[in-house]
Amino acid sequence: MQNFLKAERVRFSYVNNMENPPVVNEVLKGIDIEIKKGEFVAVLGHNGSGKSTLAKCFNAINLPDEGDVYAVGFNTKDEDKILDIRQNVGMVFQNPDNQLVATIVEEDVAFALENMGVEPKEIRRRVDEALKTVGMYEYREHAPHKLSGGQKQRVAIAGIIAMEPECILLDEPTAMLDPKGRREVLKTIRKLNRENGVTIVLITHYMEEAALADRVVVVDKGQVIIDDVPEKVFSQVEKMKSVGLDVPQVTELCWELKKAGFDVSTEIISEDECVEALYKLFDKG
Amino acid sequence: MLKDITIGQFFPGNSFVHKLDPRFKIVFTIIFIVMLFVADSFAGLGIGIVFVLMAFLISKIPFAMMLKSLKPILSIIIFTSVLNILFIRTGDVVFKWAFLTITKQGLTTAAFMVIRIVALIIGTSLLTYTTSPIVLTDAIERLLSPLKKIKVPVHALAMMMTIALRFIPTLVEETDKIMSAQKARGADLESGNIIQRAKALVPILVPLFVSSFRRAEELALAMECRCYHGGDGRTRMKQLKCGYRDFVALFVLAGFMAVVIVFNVYGI
Amino acid sequence: MAIIKTENLTYVYGEGTPFRKVAVDDVNLEIEEGEMVGVIGHTGSGKSTLIQHFNGLLQATSGKIFIDGEELTKDKGKLRDVRFKVGLVFQYPEYQLFEETCYKDIAFGPKNMGLSDEEIDKRIRETVKLVGLDEKLLDKSPFELSGGQKRRVAIAGVMAMNPKILILDEPASGLDPKGRDKILGLIKEYHQEKKNTVMLVSHSMEDVAKNASKILVMNKAKLFCYDDTEKVFHRADELTEMGLAVPQITRVFNRLKAMGVDINDDVYTVKYGTRLLLDILNKKQHPDL
Repeated sequence: MQNFLKAERVRFSYVNNMENPPVVNEVLKGIDIEIKKGEFVAVLGHNGSGKSTLAKCFNAINLPDEGDVYAVGFNTKDEDKILDIRQNVGMVFQNPDNQLVATIVEEDVAFALENMGVEPKEIRRRVDEALKTVGMYEYREHAPHKLSGGQKQRVAIAGIIAMEPECILLDEPTAMLDPKGRREVLKTIRKLNRENGVTIVLITHYMEEAALADRVVVVDKGQVIIDDVPEKVFSQVEKMKSVGLDVPQVTELCWELKKAGFDVSTEIISEDECVEALYKLFDKG
Repeated sequence: MLKDITIGQFFPGNSFVHKLDPRFKIVFTIIFIVMLFVADSFAGLGIGIVFVLMAFLISKIPFAMMLKSLKPILSIIIFTSVLNILFIRTGDVVFKWAFLTITKQGLTTAAFMVIRIVALIIGTSLLTYTTSPIVLTDAIERLLSPLKKIKVPVHALAMMMTIALRFIPTLVEETDKIMSAQKARGADLESGNIIQRAKALVPILVPLFVSSFRRAEELALAMECRCYHGGDGRTRMKQLKCGYRDFVALFVLAGFMAVVIVFNVYGI
Repeated sequence: MAIIKTENLTYVYGEGTPFRKVAVDDVNLEIEEGEMVGVIGHTGSGKSTLIQHFNGLLQATSGKIFIDGEELTKDKGKLRDVRFKVGLVFQYPEYQLFEETCYKDIAFGPKNMGLSDEEIDKRIRETVKLVGLDEKLLDKSPFELSGGQKRRVAIAGVMAMNPKILILDEPASGLDPKGRDKILGLIKEYHQEKKNTVMLVSHSMEDVAKNASKILVMNKAKLFCYDDTEKVFHRADELTEMGLAVPQITRVFNRLKAMGVDINDDVYTVKYGTRLLLDILNKKQHPDL
């Protein structure tokens, strides 16, 4: 698809009218980025770098001050297409508590479909399917506030995939979860990408999560500063640290060894690769 | 723990009562309340009691829950019966001491009131026990939908009710947390006079309001992302369908009502 | 003398209801003064319940707790004193800020202690420095600050009470890597400067490993172990089995050891791991050294 997700020289500012004169805070400074259908892209950047603002441009919550944003083929400025865009570009937020609307899990998953005016029978089918995809079908009649953080977040994801979107934007979906919840959510996200072919844009502060993506985009001061496969991104250890980010521990270890003059690749991002490389190193010596 | 409090106290089940159309259930409850107030004899009230007990049995709600529903209004029951007993001074005197006069009529009226209130509470709690809050909200929205024609925002009101139900447990938990946090900073919530105590609530209420606003903002955004645009063109996953059950129940209730009226007419 | 000591500490939720749950089960513990203790355990392991006993927010169902040699009782007046001795910073502490200015908010705790205005002022200026905030921010509303700054103001509010024991529940959660390092760094500095006992509760073993000298592990309401950091990481397999996320680096070293490489298996930071590897590799290259 042409213009699946695309930002062209986008500028966006938040204006605080409470002050006199109004305070203008430019968050996106002419950002360019294109995401293709089926990709799994991780977006990194410290707090205030503009990554969440960018994500909200893709589903027409934020409209650019300058430049154009295209989502699933439509320009987000086209008001008639807003519901089409929102339906096809789903969004999951950080706090699972603040995005569940209904008092029963299945009612919540049905919420978007009800808004879209889908036939009741079709809603039922899609709700059941979505709940099965995220592994929460047995909990369909539970109250959301009795679930764990990871379970709530999976319900929120089910509420989005029930719309059958082409793409899902996730804004730090694991930030408030414990390690178990994080694993559950990540597993769900990867499954959606691999098995259902949903395009994933994952905003995160966890480098290990970003290492799972096909592509990592680093945003700093409203600009894209690195855009590459995770191996190439994380091998730039110094640059990553200079913008307030981190790299996976294994990458840092290999980078330190390389710096000390040993023959190790700095493009190692997974535990398996690291163990293998270190083992070789010992063997050789 | 504060978070164990449940609102609405719905007991999921599969009984005849559970399966009734919630719209009908609301109407039945209203008819039942009317019946209690129409009845002017113990016999008439007895019919009402028989009806509600029967419904309770069919619903398979534990009997203990019926008593539990009465607990919060126990003080009201005692208060009204004492008032009736002490202030009705007509009729045969049963007991007299100093300025205390207890008459037979006072006792009867008190008993009559108590039975009426108890039946009323049991009946309405049966509605909330067997109907989930969201279904109830939904039913109210549909029952009131004719009001849309005169521009009453029925959908928005129902949506507000749903969100309130959804967030009450979350905010209760949050209050609990903020209270602990301020106590850890030495806040004293338990001693002092009324003004001091009211003042001591500021450190609890301000953070609670701030966080409620934040939650509201995030929720509104999440709803927008899920294509929410008001009530126009909305469908519902769960369709309310009335079936033979509802009409069976309606006829049974109408029968009971008829008996109560007959009792009234013949003064039984 | 132990600053925190528990004897058969047990806490039961909802006794006599169907929701009855033993949250802390027969915990015996002695924590020495001046220690930096990491507390780990998965959600529902009882770690949060346990720490709320130390400042009397929760009262034990059975068993005893001694803080600084004194047994905790149900006496209300004494309970407040304990809260001043044991400072507890909850998760997302920025959500309890309520005053018009940061100054007033930090002053809330010290004021409740009944300190004089000069003493309060002195403490505020001191703690603001400790948490790395500009004094200029003191006159601002806490709601105008950034997320990381807000959290530091909230932590300062507890630090200003100058507690003998400072307990922090997930102080770095929800922050970006830089913010995380900053908060953990300032806690470490606080500990080094004040020499007070600090307890750091966290899901992240990486964060705990980098800072704590001792680790307390809770599992299924029971105290699994309380020991030196290296010794705890030595049992990485058991921790993984519990569902805890052992640092990536620890897993790598454990796997190397399992593959027959002669190497320590108590590695928990990149720094330590690098040093270890370089030592071994250098020796291999120059065996004569």
